[in-house]
Amino acid sequence: MSTLILAPILITLATTIVCLLAWKRLRLQQLMSIVGAAALLATGIALLTSVMRHGILVVQVGNWPAPFGISIVADLFSAMMIVVTGVVGLSVVIYSISSVDLHRQRHGFHFLLHALLLGVSGSFLTGDVFNLYVWFEVMLIASFVLVALGGERAQLEGAIKYVTLNLVASALFLASAGVLYGTVGTLNMADLARQLSGETLSGVPTLAGAILLIAFGIKAAVFPLFFWLPASYHTPPVAVTAIMAGLLTKVGVYAMIRVFSLLFACEFAYARPLMLFVAAATMVTGVLGAAGQFEIRRILSFHIISQIGYMVMGLAIFTPLALAGTVFYIIHHIIVKTNLFLIAGIVERIKGTCQLKKLGGLYGHHLWLALLFLIPALSLAGIPPLSGFWAKLILIRAGLEAGHYALIATALVVSLLTLFSMTKIWNEAFWKAEPEKDASDLSAAIPKSVFPLAVPVCLLAVLTVIIGVSAEPLFALSQLAAEQLLDPSDYIDAVLK
Amino acid sequence: MEVVMAITVGVLYAAGFYMILRRSLVKVIIGLALLSHASNLFLFTVGGLTRNGTPLISESGVMEAEVYADPLPQALILTAIVIGFGVQAFALVLFKRVFQTVKSDDLDELTTTEQAEVTS
Repeated sequence: MSTLILAPILITLATTIVCLLAWKRLRLQQLMSIVGAAALLATGIALLTSVMRHGILVVQVGNWPAPFGISIVADLFSAMMIVVTGVVGLSVVIYSISSVDLHRQRHGFHFLLHALLLGVSGSFLTGDVFNLYVWFEVMLIASFVLVALGGERAQLEGAIKYVTLNLVASALFLASAGVLYGTVGTLNMADLARQLSGETLSGVPTLAGAILLIAFGIKAAVFPLFFWLPASYHTPPVAVTAIMAGLLTKVGVYAMIRVFSLLFACEFAYARPLMLFVAAATMVTGVLGAAGQFEIRRILSFHIISQIGYMVMGLAIFTPLALAGTVFYIIHHIIVKTNLFLIAGIVERIKGTCQLKKLGGLYGHHLWLALLFLIPALSLAGIPPLSGFWAKLILIRAGLEAGHYALIATALVVSLLTLFSMTKIWNEAFWKAEPEKDASDLSAAIPKSVFPLAVPVCLLAVLTVIIGVSAEPLFALSQLAAEQLLDPSDYIDAVLK
Repeated sequence: MEVVMAITVGVLYAAGFYMILRRSLVKVIIGLALLSHASNLFLFTVGGLTRNGTPLISESGVMEAEVYADPLPQALILTAIVIGFGVQAFALVLFKRVFQTVKSDDLDELTTTEQAEVTS
């Protein structure tokens, strides 16, 4: 049992080490990379089924009893996130082997990718605030190097903005961990939840909550703290962007949900009007930012921000249905957004550019790619019967029940504007006639094999359709996860028993 | 002692944020280092300052609050310092590469990622 909870962390750690040891043997690295990611997915599924059967699973690291040692906790929400991490990890690894250039792959790409997955898995499973900080740093340093790996000018400039703002967030996170330890005397999340609940708090833990909100807000890229994201996400190779777009900001959202449902559930009432506003502003600024862009990856980067708004919206409404909607939305979004970036990568491979003005005619030459693009694009905009429709439906239903009509109106308008952005990409890249090109462009457009790239794309597209067509199992699971989140007593009992 | 520490932490935070807002790359990295120091010292201070205490519990098992020095904040800070050291070392190399590539340490020159046409 205990090995199963630790397995996602141990497997990614082992893969990272093996990739590092096999530095000069690229084939072996690629093989281990695929095996490691597949094993992560498999253990994720095993962990999820085990959590569904036995309830929340806990391991006390080193057998130190709960409030003193570090607890590793897997509840439904964490287990679901581990599964989706495995899905995205496996897809991106398969994709990267034929898409990332050999120079980058020889200089530690696979090693860094798994270090990133290690940090992400650790963040999802830890039950200790300081340990969460450590996993965040593991994840961040791997992503810093991944963003800068290759050393192109745009990458370096993007990396500076990314590194600086994320380090500020880390410093704030550390400070708030200090406040929590100084006032409550523990860093174990379950113990914190027990001690912070019930009584009316002095202002000091509330201060910690406020600082945490800012720190996680920067990492999740919510309004007004998102500026690092559109400045950096389109610069690295598309496989890197895809995994970061899929997972990293969502780790911020995950941390936000975990902390505000568990630790500051009663304090959170103060922050909710603010969160409602932040959710709406995040949606609107993200989608408007995307409307002004004419490069596929930049459009998609801005859409990450706008989608984060939906997730924060569910957290801000804070009813069981809304939280279930947020969980559903996160799962749907990670799959769809990763897929869209991977497709952008295929477009770039075929045409040599992601600039909409230079693209065109893909529908004629590559009909399959156009259809593959439509699935995640329409899902992102929320067209039935794809996964995004159900995600938005749940959130909007929750909003109506709670009476947040202005927010609902915003969410609906934003989803229309999302559709506008997606049709813009569709029109420019796929539908319109190919622009006249000179001889230099022709040489860039030599058809290369894109079949290996299409495999993970198809996998993710099938998942999107499955979630869309039979949304019920995932929705039921999300509801259970939301109930666990809203009633922390199970979590506290499981950890502190 | 707490007052002195509080003022020090405040000054470090203020200086750190001020330096980050400057345009020079070198000043930004100094600012990042100051911020991380400020957070470490802050963690140290809010963890409780005890002079001449030991982190040991007497044989009777009773913890006397006035002489007991909590070792945990220091363990946390040690971890945070190591992490901060690694991250700052990386940031320093990154900033050097940026300087070599862009040939300028002015942050306002780093605008190619904001332009519509990115040639990468």
